[in-house]
Amino acid sequence: MTRQLIELDRVEKNYGEVRALTGVSAEIREGEFFSLLGPSGCGKTTLLRTIAGFEDLSGGQLRIDGQDMRGVPANKRPTNMVFQSYAIFPHLSVGENVGFGLRRKGLGREAMAREVGQALDMVGLGGYETRASHALSGGQRQRVALARALVLKPRVLLLDEPLSALDKKLREQMQVELRKLQRQVGITFILVTHDQEEALIMSDRIAVMFDGGIAQLDSPQVLYRRPVSRRVAEFIGVMNFLDASVGGNGADGLEVDVAGLGRVALDPAQCPEGRSGTSTVVGLRPETMTILFDTSEKAARVAEGSVSEVVYFGDMTYYDVTLDGVAAPVTISMRNLPGRPVLDRGARARVGWDAGAMVLFR
Amino acid sequence: MSSSDGAFSRWRHSEGAQGLILVSPTFLYALLLLAAPLATIVAISFWTQDYLVMIREFTLANYIRAWTEPLFQTLMLRSVVIAVIVTAATVLLAFPIAYYVSFNVRPERKALWIFLITIPFWTSYLLRVFLWKVILGYNGVLNSGLLGLGLIDEPLTFILYNANAVVITLAHAWAPFAILPIFVALEKIDRALLEAGQDLGESRFTTFLRVTLPLAMPGVVAATLIVFIPTIGDYVTPKLVGGPDGAMISNMIQLQFMKLNNGPLGAALAISGMIIVTAISLIFLWLNRRYLKVRQ
Repeated sequence: MTRQLIELDRVEKNYGEVRALTGVSAEIREGEFFSLLGPSGCGKTTLLRTIAGFEDLSGGQLRIDGQDMRGVPANKRPTNMVFQSYAIFPHLSVGENVGFGLRRKGLGREAMAREVGQALDMVGLGGYETRASHALSGGQRQRVALARALVLKPRVLLLDEPLSALDKKLREQMQVELRKLQRQVGITFILVTHDQEEALIMSDRIAVMFDGGIAQLDSPQVLYRRPVSRRVAEFIGVMNFLDASVGGNGADGLEVDVAGLGRVALDPAQCPEGRSGTSTVVGLRPETMTILFDTSEKAARVAEGSVSEVVYFGDMTYYDVTLDGVAAPVTISMRNLPGRPVLDRGARARVGWDAGAMVLFR
Repeated sequence: MSSSDGAFSRWRHSEGAQGLILVSPTFLYALLLLAAPLATIVAISFWTQDYLVMIREFTLANYIRAWTEPLFQTLMLRSVVIAVIVTAATVLLAFPIAYYVSFNVRPERKALWIFLITIPFWTSYLLRVFLWKVILGYNGVLNSGLLGLGLIDEPLTFILYNANAVVITLAHAWAPFAILPIFVALEKIDRALLEAGQDLGESRFTTFLRVTLPLAMPGVVAATLIVFIPTIGDYVTPKLVGGPDGAMISNMIQLQFMKLNNGPLGAALAISGMIIVTAISLIFLWLNRRYLKVRQ
């Protein structure tokens, strides 16, 4: 059904002694919104630039549409890029910027104007053709950069942290808009970002990168629920880590004794790194635990503790709860539903939790 | 405190006043050493001189002579032509050097390169012109070198004491003044723009034509004006290496003032030269703005 559009086969990139990419293998499907997520220096931008053709590979193979891209310069690749700085040509008007790449296609003056107009309409800048590019706001520049790339109908659109220069509100708006635009045009988007929330919101699949390699490549949901390592778990969202000791394999799975919570049996799917040694940690997301305000409320398992910190967000309240017998507090997030109280610091709390949400790490 | 005191002290601390205080030394200097002599020259150009006595009566005779006598026309035309050739040669040769330093030299080495380019300026202008005489002369470095190699049988004479020598000498003298503004313009170009050009389908060369060159034009325009304006009125170089065929309008102005005791005619020639330079520069700027959309 979905074809592989880009194949990365043990792609390597070295800058002298520095290994920027250490053998990256991945397949990017036709028409998907794919994100490269990682901290700065993880190699995500380098990977994007190798796909664009701005960097040569030191090793491995890169195929786009089944074609080996070795020696193919950027201007001959079916990719277009939205640069982090947008790279809007300051000496050209908005219309001339958008039409820059069309010039080579040998369109007539009218056909070209029509294409430019359509592209600008698509990004919500209809009628901006004659505006001077230096008079644009940051958000408008970003839209021009998008239109300039999309007007060429590339197989792949590469976006290098396109939203990082925008303010929060505009960024959130553009995240949704970009996602809609991608569905509308059906072009494969590859987004580089260091913002995990942005990646979760926009992507079909996310590759989390550390130290020049992909640590995990999955859908946002799998990535969030079943991170394959503690490092990935820490990078994406908030996760509580509790010391645990591993016992033997029981009838219901691996038997683990979790500090403050007690004995649980974990499914192999919850142990992505396998079992090794006896001393380890389990991770639990803040929203998988609940504070039981009423003695009548039920939960799969219940633990006791005291509230050490309360952070009120309006729609949510974040509690730090120190479970009895555990030194470090766990963070629990609760929706502020009508009639639900907000506990004070120092209050005793009953905490409901579920072993099914746990992930065991090395 | 009275209200006028308050107003004055308020004025004294305003941005306008501070700006005025900052520019006034330079302004006075310019007034005394530029505006005043210029006004004097303009005044003299409308007078006449009888041996050493200046006759202060308004006349246009000097201008009529300056614009109609074939000798002056020839010299003025030659000055313009030489200045145009020098400017074209200098800017065309400066561009690749500026481009190389900006795009091919590692960032930490650029300052060193710029420093090296300015080294010829450590010696005086006069000395450099004399050195060109040594290089280009009948028994000069170039001729003896070529003779020694057997490439020529007799010394080349077309390279000294004519317009060619003036062009060679001036082009060398003004090279750094052309390299620096072009270098600065190239440095200001966001490198992502060049990648964007290639990403949008252009080769390196067509990206240069469509992105780099238009963005470097302000530097090229600045270099052109910086070289052209002083070159047209150069006096030392044609005097030393120009010979009779390489003489330019400034040599005639000097002659009128110092040797022929005709300051008014010299002044009229000087003012005429200034008008021509201004006109050519304005036309050049207008053409750039019109056709290349160069925004300074």
